[in-house]
Parts: sequence; structure tokens; C-alpha cells
Amino acid sequence: MADRVGDFGSFEQLALPLFARLYNFAHWLTQDRALAEDLVQETYMKALRGFSSFQQGTNFRAWMYKILRNTFLTSQTGLKASVSLDDDDEKVADPAAAHTPESLLLARVEQETIQEALEELPVRFREIILLCDVEEMSYQEIAETLAIPRGTVMSRLSRARKVMRELLAAKLQGAQR
Amino acid sequence: MTCDLCRDRLDAYADSACSPEELASLEEHFRTCPSCAAEALSRLQMKRMTRAAATRYSPSPEFRLRIEKSIQPKPKSRWSFPWMPGLALAAVALLLLVLGLAGWMRHAASEQAVAELLDLHVATLASANPVDVVSTDRHTVKPWFQGKLPFTFNLPELQNSPFKLLGGKVTYFEHSPGAQLLFQIRSHELSVFILQDQPAMMPLATGRTSTRELAFNVETWSDAGLRYVVVGDASPADIHALSDLMRSAK
Repeated sequence: MADRVGDFGSFEQLALPLFARLYNFAHWLTQDRALAEDLVQETYMKALRGFSSFQQGTNFRAWMYKILRNTFLTSQTGLKASVSLDDDDEKVADPAAAHTPESLLLARVEQETIQEALEELPVRFREIILLCDVEEMSYQEIAETLAIPRGTVMSRLSRARKVMRELLAAKLQGAQR
Repeated sequence: MTCDLCRDRLDAYADSACSPEELASLEEHFRTCPSCAAEALSRLQMKRMTRAAATRYSPSPEFRLRIEKSIQPKPKSRWSFPWMPGLALAAVALLLLVLGLAGWMRHAASEQAVAELLDLHVATLASANPVDVVSTDRHTVKPWFQGKLPFTFNLPELQNSPFKLLGGKVTYFEHSPGAQLLFQIRSHELSVFILQDQPAMMPLATGRTSTRELAFNVETWSDAGLRYVVVGDASPADIHALSDLMRSAK
């Protein structure tokens, strides 16, 4: 598997290919270019320092994303963003909104709308959708990155998508008015 | 498979996280349920659209450079650190080798010098005319060397000792002239070599040492720029007694 480090490459060799994607992820988390740069920079520094303790054969990508995410969560922006998000996954409000078939929804949705919806999503939902849909991580990798069980990955992802669909539906309805 | 069960697995289906069996039963259900099939399709579409929409931010080239620079091994450490320990080790090994070799060479040279002097001693004893100045009187022997050697030396008073002076001759060791004096104790004959102590030509151990070489006993010391070597087949005690007498000579 490409993400498993078989031959122990140098930190540079392993970490640089992830740079652009890590930056994208960081920007989505922080919603700000300067903050994203700081976050990525700190992530690389921490990872470089901790590289000796990185265990060969474990997932390097998940390790890097985990460092980035933990760094974000302990930053000012991260703390603010996650304050309201400590709810249990099951407690997320189940929207009473009518069930909108996605096929109808998607026909009218635009890229900008998806971006707006993603920005409005709580960080814990935003990050899991990004890891799954953008980074195309497996559930196992997401579990490693977020340090949660695989089952929680599935339930949180399901919730996140549901909220996302509802946000999109609300935006489309608002646009129609 | 029911529609409810199918809806529960739609995320896993879109994320390619289904087992082969699960996938087979889902696809079978889609063939009979257009609603679920449409939902599955839109989940896939949604995933693709999210990916496209969220791949949004690119780092600036300057920022990329900054990161590249910050994680590159520093040039200094790149060049010096990996081989420094090895180099130090090699240097230490080389030093030990050189010291060991020097010590061994010194030892070997010293042994060779002793062997050469022993040869001279044995050749002297085998000669029909072992000495050029035949006298038991130190006041005859010492002046005989005048003008023959670039140095001078003192001979001890032997009156109250078991030693008897037989005579002396000029000898050559390492291309330099030196004095060879022949002494007798009981039936043993001993040679005392007095040579200029130049490090280059005298690789004998410095200081005072006693060694045994081919059953001959040897004692050597250096004093005031001269190297004294006493050799003979007498006991080490006799060799040492003669050496003491030589050292006491004023």
C-alpha cells in the first residue's frame, strides 16, 4: 500500500508530497491563509522533531494529518471552533427538514454552494468529510487520524453528510425565495 | 435486502468501504429498486462534487519554499554529522595503529640494536686479538681512546671488585665510532659499549633497562649524552654490578 512506509524514506521524501493537500486541509480548518500557513509550518516542525519516534510500517499520512489536527485543536482558532462541538455524535440535532432526494438537490447545486455549506459545517463534520471525500482516506485511516474507533468514523460521517445535505437544501430553498 | 438496510450502507458504498459480499447484495438491490439506485448514484456524485469544491486552497510558492527550506537537513549537518563519528573513529584507529606500529617498530629496532651489539661482543670474544689496547690499567686504556672518539668517558676503580679490565678497542655501531671495553669476572668476559646517544642511531630503550637476549644478559642506560650497554654471559647480578661500577666512575 502506497501509504504504508515500507522503506524508511527521509522525512523530506515522505512529507513534501503531502504539502499541498495538508495546506488545503489546514485552510479549511482555519478559514484563513495566514493561520493555515502557521498551522502547516508548525505541523512540519513538530513532525520533523517527532520523526524519530514515528514507527516504521504505520501510516505516515494519517500521522501527519493527526499532528496537524491536534495542533489546530490546541490553537486559539481551534479551541474557539471546537467549543460548541463537544456534543456526542448521536446528539446532533436531527433536522426536521423534509427528506430531499439528493438527485433533485444535486441537479441545482453549485460548487460555490458546496463550499459555503462546508464552511458552515461544524469543524468535526467538516474535517471528516474532507478526510473522506477530499483526501480519500479509508475509514481505518480516518480512525487513525482522528483517534476514534472505526465505528465512530462511520456514524460521524453519516451525520456529517446528513447535516451537509440539509444545509444545501436550506441554501437552495433560500435562493428560491 | 430492504431499502432501510440499503440506505444505512449507502455511505460505505460511496466510500468503497463495503465487503465484496455486501457490495454484491447492494447491487442486486439496486437492480430492483430504482429509488435506492438513484440515491446511491447521487451519493457518489455528491462525493465527487465535494472533492472538486473542497480542493480549493493552494499554498503560495513562497510558502512552499519556506517549508522546503525549514525541513531540509542543514547543509552543515548534512555534510559533517553523518561522517563525523566515522571519521573520528577512523582517526582514533589510525592513531592507535600509528602508535602501535611506532611502538612495535621501536621495540623491533631496539631488539635489533641489542642483537647487533651482541654480535659485536661475540665477534670480539672469537677474535684472536679481542682488544686493541691490552691493559688492566684504566689509566692506560682511557687515554688510548683520545683522538679516536668524538667523546670521552670515565673508567671505574676496580681494585676492590671481582672485575678485571682486559682492554678496549674502537667499534662501530650505526656508522658511529664507540668504545668497546672488555672486562672479566671469574671466567666470564663482558663487553661494555659506550656510544653516542643519538635518537636516530640509538633506538635502544631509553632509561635503564635489563633484558635477556639469547641467554646473554644486557643492561643499558644513558648518561650525559652517552649510551652505555653492558652485555655478557655472566649472571644478571654480575652485569648489574659492573653497570653500577661504570655509573660510579668519576
